[in-house]
Amino acid sequence: MFENLLTNQDSWLNGKGPSSEIVFSSRVRLARNFADKVFPSRAATSVKEDIRNTMEEIYSRVSALRGSTFVRMEDLEELSRQFLLERHLISQEHMASPKGKGLIVSADERIALMINEEDHLRMQVITSGFDLAACWQVLDGIDTELSGMVNFSFLPDLGYLTSCPTNVGTALRASCMLHIPALVLTKRINKILELLVKISFTARGLFGEGTQALGDFFQISNQGSLGLSEGELIDNLSGVVNQVKEQEIDARDNLLKKYKFSLEDNVWRAFGVLKNCRLIGSKEALSHLSMLSLGLDLGIIKGIKREVINSLFIIIQPAHLQRIEGKLLKEEERDYIRASILRERLVFED
Amino acid sequence: MDSMLCDICHKTIATVHLTEIVNDKIAEMHICSTCAKNKTEEIKDQLNISDFLGGMSGPGSAIEKEDVSLKCSSCGLSYADFKKKGRLGCGNCYLSFKKMLLPLLKKIHGSTHHAGKKIPQKLASGMPEAKTTDLKGRLERAVQLEEYEEAARLRDEIKNLENKISS
Repeated sequence: MFENLLTNQDSWLNGKGPSSEIVFSSRVRLARNFADKVFPSRAATSVKEDIRNTMEEIYSRVSALRGSTFVRMEDLEELSRQFLLERHLISQEHMASPKGKGLIVSADERIALMINEEDHLRMQVITSGFDLAACWQVLDGIDTELSGMVNFSFLPDLGYLTSCPTNVGTALRASCMLHIPALVLTKRINKILELLVKISFTARGLFGEGTQALGDFFQISNQGSLGLSEGELIDNLSGVVNQVKEQEIDARDNLLKKYKFSLEDNVWRAFGVLKNCRLIGSKEALSHLSMLSLGLDLGIIKGIKREVINSLFIIIQPAHLQRIEGKLLKEEERDYIRASILRERLVFED
Repeated sequence: MDSMLCDICHKTIATVHLTEIVNDKIAEMHICSTCAKNKTEEIKDQLNISDFLGGMSGPGSAIEKEDVSLKCSSCGLSYADFKKKGRLGCGNCYLSFKKMLLPLLKKIHGSTHHAGKKIPQKLASGMPEAKTTDLKGRLERAVQLEEYEEAARLRDEIKNLENKISS
């Protein structure tokens, strides 16, 4: 399974899709619980295993899940779980305590179902670029097909019931990962974050809840899930993401007009470091990759493939490096291998 | 990469790098994994749903008589437990705690009425495997409630279904 994932060219990391120079990826997830079953946080192991077994039996009958892989989380070593986290296929919670938990992941990694996380099912569809509606269409289909096989916990007035009342109703969370280096450089980001909170949207770092904004990536998502339809929630988020995207475009224009030389210098220095370093930590690498990516978008640097940079954002992380090398590595060894991968992969193509 | 010491304990090498946004300012922290764990707990506490609840049960609040000893009739979770952990125990908790939950939902979502997708009508009569899982759940509960006649009936039904699946 992991060998395929490492060489997967057709995943959501391919750098294609609408507005992908700013909106890196779009994701929609639904939470579902089995009716008459205690939620995972209070369920006995046998109940969780029952649910996991049921999912194992029925998932391949869902058309979008044919050919997917099913795994029991406790069968995976910690490194493999970390690897799945780095690829945004599971959550921190799913990685940290694997017992009784499961995962179903499609071959192209666009679809992932976590079993017995906070809710019995957490199903996500992720795509590159800015296309929440496409994610929802696939997810809606999966949910409808599953509803024909399983009784989901539902009340007409409150909708789908979830372990945490913040998710009840549609149980839908949509999010977009935005790369907004110009808003960070011009410090306009602070005002935007403040505004987002005021209008009930959440902004987080690269790895979701409780993580920092590495490499100028911010994830924006809806906060409420009750009172609006799935379509309305997605439209509203799309509107907000569009606004932030426009702000970023404006900030980029401004930077180009006012600080052209210094921007050019920053981009080429970033490239210089990445192309020549022998030891580099992931935080430093992410920040230079971010600058390089901006340089590529603005035409300051040409000939490097977008998908190469996008995949580097993911594969320079610790578990990925160790997967590539096939062994556990100390921090200095990781920094050394990270540097050599960066030097090797950042090449100009015609 | 330069190794730096943890900003909290100043003893161990920092491996976790945290950015907090406090009052519009970005503050960076570099901490070791032990301190990070504590910090995570702290953040969890800060974001705990009980704050919502606490904020709502003050004087003049709509729910003055909040019965924290109330228990869910199905899973047995007490409202006090929910306030502490911010997680409900089962779908029935929404019915058992409805009085207290509705104002909370209003506060979180600005609404108390679902306007989205409805549970689709069953296609055919459901898959046999899912049905046995459902029956097993009911059997478990019947045993807990000491309804042995019902339990025996359910046990036979499961056996029949399983025979059908395997044949």
